[in-house]
Amino acid sequence: MSQDTLFDKVWDLHKVSRLPGGSDQIFIGLHLIHEVTSPQAFGALKDKKLKVKFPDRTVATVDHIVPTDNQSRPFKDNLAEQMIETLEKNCLEHKIRFFNIGSGNQGIVHVVAPELGLTQPGMTIACGDSHTSTHGAFGSIAFGIGTSQVRDVLATQTLAMNKLKVRQIWCDNKLSKGVYAKDLVLHIINKLGVKAGVGFAYEFAGPAIHELSMEERMTICNMSIEGGARCGYINPDEKTFSYIKSKFYAPKNEHWDRALRWWESLKSDGNSIYDDVIKLDASKVEPTVTWGITPGQSISINQQIPLLDELSPNDKLVAEEAYEYMSFKPGQLIKDTPVDVCFIGSCTNGRISDLRVAAKVLKGKKVSKNVKAFAVPGSEQVATEAKQEGLDQIFKDSGFQWREPGCSMCLAMNSDKLIGNQVSASSSNRNFKGRQGSPSGRTLLMSPAMVAAAAINGKVSDVREFIN
Amino acid sequence: MKSEFTPPIGKIANMNGKCISLIGNDIDTDRIIPARFLKCVNFDSLGESVFEDDRKTLKGKHPFDLEENKCASILVVNSNFGCGSSREHAPQALMRWGIKAIIGESFADIFYSNCIAIGIPCFTLPKKSIEEIQNYCDNQSLFLEIDLKNLSAQSKDLNFNLEIKESSRKMFLSGEWDATSTLLDNKNLIENKFNQLPYIKFNTNIS
Repeated sequence: MSQDTLFDKVWDLHKVSRLPGGSDQIFIGLHLIHEVTSPQAFGALKDKKLKVKFPDRTVATVDHIVPTDNQSRPFKDNLAEQMIETLEKNCLEHKIRFFNIGSGNQGIVHVVAPELGLTQPGMTIACGDSHTSTHGAFGSIAFGIGTSQVRDVLATQTLAMNKLKVRQIWCDNKLSKGVYAKDLVLHIINKLGVKAGVGFAYEFAGPAIHELSMEERMTICNMSIEGGARCGYINPDEKTFSYIKSKFYAPKNEHWDRALRWWESLKSDGNSIYDDVIKLDASKVEPTVTWGITPGQSISINQQIPLLDELSPNDKLVAEEAYEYMSFKPGQLIKDTPVDVCFIGSCTNGRISDLRVAAKVLKGKKVSKNVKAFAVPGSEQVATEAKQEGLDQIFKDSGFQWREPGCSMCLAMNSDKLIGNQVSASSSNRNFKGRQGSPSGRTLLMSPAMVAAAAINGKVSDVREFIN
Repeated sequence: MKSEFTPPIGKIANMNGKCISLIGNDIDTDRIIPARFLKCVNFDSLGESVFEDDRKTLKGKHPFDLEENKCASILVVNSNFGCGSSREHAPQALMRWGIKAIIGESFADIFYSNCIAIGIPCFTLPKKSIEEIQNYCDNQSLFLEIDLKNLSAQSKDLNFNLEIKESSRKMFLSGEWDATSTLLDNKNLIENKFNQLPYIKFNTNIS
């Protein structure tokens, strides 16, 4: 059993009681909500005649269903309009802080909370969204929950949970040029498998991890759940602290010094004991692309789609399903696969640094005429910053559509969808069957830089040929 | 879809029903309920849309469309079932279709806790036992009687010792799977914890 890791310290600090069934009652320091998974929770609260216990500890925004072309109200889609209205009403009634469209702070919930400084080390953070693991990049313990658990957090600010085991994933050396955090996390998921993380929190550590910027660290922790781990985190360091310092909700004045001392004390250290440790060499990672229907089915840009015989018995069933669904032949190269749609955005890769990297590849170049390409900033703050830097113009000049913030085609709950069996090069996190809005649509996950390269060539390409 | 849906309440100690087998590893929640059905402010009509895209692709041959499975209530699956999104809509859709319990090789974490929170026990069995059940279901109907007290699953031909997290088993037997009131029992402890946490006292513009 793990001991003295950051996970253990934060868990123990937030433990309210041991419940009769044997699970722990855990206090949730920050609760984030959005329009899709909260309405039924508020409904249940009403049925049970309960109030929100600590309205200050819940923060709301709207992201999943918002259109990214025209955001004027009422939305064209009646159901989407009904969902945003329900959230507005619930936040007003329960006095919950809500970052609505036009507030300057609306966006994908996992982009918004860090950029406002709401996400801080040592907190427990829950949200009705599986990519809540993103916030672990700051040394918080953050995990996705379902709607009934959203109800419990609203009513009690606590959850009934079983403590997770802790696996350290130690990444040596550093990433090579043209290789990004997205490639590293896809590589990790491929090596460990999509269910290896079930029952675990992942601690990402080692020189390659601490070399990463905060935004890159968020990309890594964001996709913990794709490896089966509900929670992933990175011990906080100077980069963490300086990222938070200027943010609106950061501790102020003498509270800042107190916070720093406390945050420092939380880190895992030489005394920490893990349930499992895995080591890998980050310098060996190459630009990585998924070829199948789970995020674990990925290969390096110059590799061939694996033959059935090369896979372990457990992976064969899904591989056969993937060949058929994706219309790929075992042994085929992934490079040069034609793409129809290119999407840059999502809670994985919709931050300002992602847009900067993609714009650098796109500058002075044109998107292939066979490709529909669009960029969706992760938040209003990201959009503003991008405009100040002229990135929106670089995207537009290249032939990309420049959109308003939201989750968009990561899960296609708005009108941004694949059509038929289109192939998309996507900076998002899931390549499940039908994920991007068409029941036969095909998704290739990759870094935003690789999506930009694919957009220019109209086919899967090695971004290293663009950036020399 | 069953005619009248009544959600489970209180203690859940045993259940019996017909098994429905669904073969495949890593079946994700986008497949259980595609995202377009998440545009709703209640769960009421999700039952009919469960596995919508997979069912359309198989044109009537999906297990959830087969006549003989119409009244099935125990779902038998393989490994990492329910991976992906945290949407409770997935187990809600299964429950509203008629599923009362799931037996599988393994489950994704968030899906598992969502099931517990809405009163669907998820049991695990080794791969070879799951395959035994799935093969049996290929040829004939399997009715299982599940007892949560001793974790047995019995039928006229097959018997198994099920596994489930001990805390989940206790919660079903006591009725505490419906967690809100149990959590609220510790009202004072919650207040104490709130007052003890260092970051609550930081001046952060939040309160």
